[in-house]
Amino acid sequence: MLKDKKKSCVIYFDNAATSFPKPDCVTTAVVHYLTQIGANPGRSGHKLAIEAGQIVFKTRKSIAALFGLKNPMHVIFTSNATEALNTAIKGVLQKGDHVVTSSMEHNSTIRPLHEMEKEGIISLSIIKADKIGILDPEKIRKAITAKTKAVVINHASNVIGCIQPIREIGKICRENGVIFIVDCAQSAGVVPINIDQDNIDILAFAGHKGLYGPTGTGGMVIADGFDFKKIKPLKYGGTGSLSDKIEQPDFLPDRFESGTLNVAGLSGLLAGSEYIQNRDGGIRGILEHKIELQNYFIQQAEMLIKDFCCYSSFQLPSTGVVAFSINNFSVSETAQILSDKYGIMCRQGLHCSTLAHQTIGTFPAGTLRFGFSIFNKKEELDLAVQALKSISESRNI
Amino acid sequence: MKAVILFHSTNHAIWAENELKSHKIVCKIISVPRHLSSDCGYCLQINAEDKEEAINLLNTNNIEFEKVEIL
Repeated sequence: MLKDKKKSCVIYFDNAATSFPKPDCVTTAVVHYLTQIGANPGRSGHKLAIEAGQIVFKTRKSIAALFGLKNPMHVIFTSNATEALNTAIKGVLQKGDHVVTSSMEHNSTIRPLHEMEKEGIISLSIIKADKIGILDPEKIRKAITAKTKAVVINHASNVIGCIQPIREIGKICRENGVIFIVDCAQSAGVVPINIDQDNIDILAFAGHKGLYGPTGTGGMVIADGFDFKKIKPLKYGGTGSLSDKIEQPDFLPDRFESGTLNVAGLSGLLAGSEYIQNRDGGIRGILEHKIELQNYFIQQAEMLIKDFCCYSSFQLPSTGVVAFSINNFSVSETAQILSDKYGIMCRQGLHCSTLAHQTIGTFPAGTLRFGFSIFNKKEELDLAVQALKSISESRNI
Repeated sequence: MKAVILFHSTNHAIWAENELKSHKIVCKIISVPRHLSSDCGYCLQINAEDKEEAINLLNTNNIEFEKVEIL
């Protein structure tokens, strides 16, 4: 990890939004592309264009390996998980379809679904999770009707970090011939995922969170056996292939990848993806590290801060995201003091997930959110607990 | 004697190059020769004697290609 003055002065707990800092290799890879390669992949036959194409291919292969996918062409790059979810949702659903989703969804899922419902294209069932944010797969089974085309589920909550039983939900989808779309924005690189064993048809991932790539990276991954022609492209345009025709190519990845890719971003994503996959303990080790940090923080805070109110579940599997508040303080006020006085960066508010906050009972006030990364250490958590303790005591004077 | 494998997409050409090289088949991505045409600008040049092995590898890995031409 790069050490410079700016980074050494801050404690960064906003990793559920975007991870920071990035591993050195990510920065090096981006700089290498921008200074040594720079060309457009797949558009010309010269050496630099081919090198750019190699980077894109290696990134596809690395992401395929991460999710246990055989065909790297089934990895479609997008600018973020939101674009991937929009592609999947709008591409699969047609007039008259019914969709099952959950009360833990991020706006990247619930907004496109709600919009389609409002326009009279689809009907929507939103299954409520319990107070700790976990879905009962049987409730999803009961919500499936003859008209259900897809189930769309958030794998791990960006609000409280809880992890849904996607394998069981996916099995129910398989049994009912329903397309299973999973939002892995928070879980990719944090929770081991196997697209086949987890019964997923389409998954969306973000490159800039648990994969430690730059912002502006993400993708849609289509299961090997899934008929990708069931997904209508969101974008049409230049692909560098079939240039003599005005029809959009119908093969992967070109069907969905119109316009020049973010190769600088993908260079960094490749480095980040390889970094976490080659790390000692692999993805499972990352999950264990995050759960350890989460449990340590909750334990210390509950012990030392009298007005600490936590909404994430202690000891339950989680992506290392803790939602909490300090009584008598608004969350925005606390976040401001943490940033200005203590150099602690975190997120406050509703985290683009109003339904999730309604589910866990924190709407409309919202919560503070600490999202831990592989680089966070217990000493940083101790400093944060001390800072929060001082803040909570300041109001009681 | 050389042969070239033509592809619909540069993505497949680069995938094929990686796969063939991992099996020690000598190959190189080149621009499509003037007398041929391809859906993308690239093709993969191989030694003509490796043609059958290369085609087998592409088929085994489900790497789509347009055709193979002996130069």
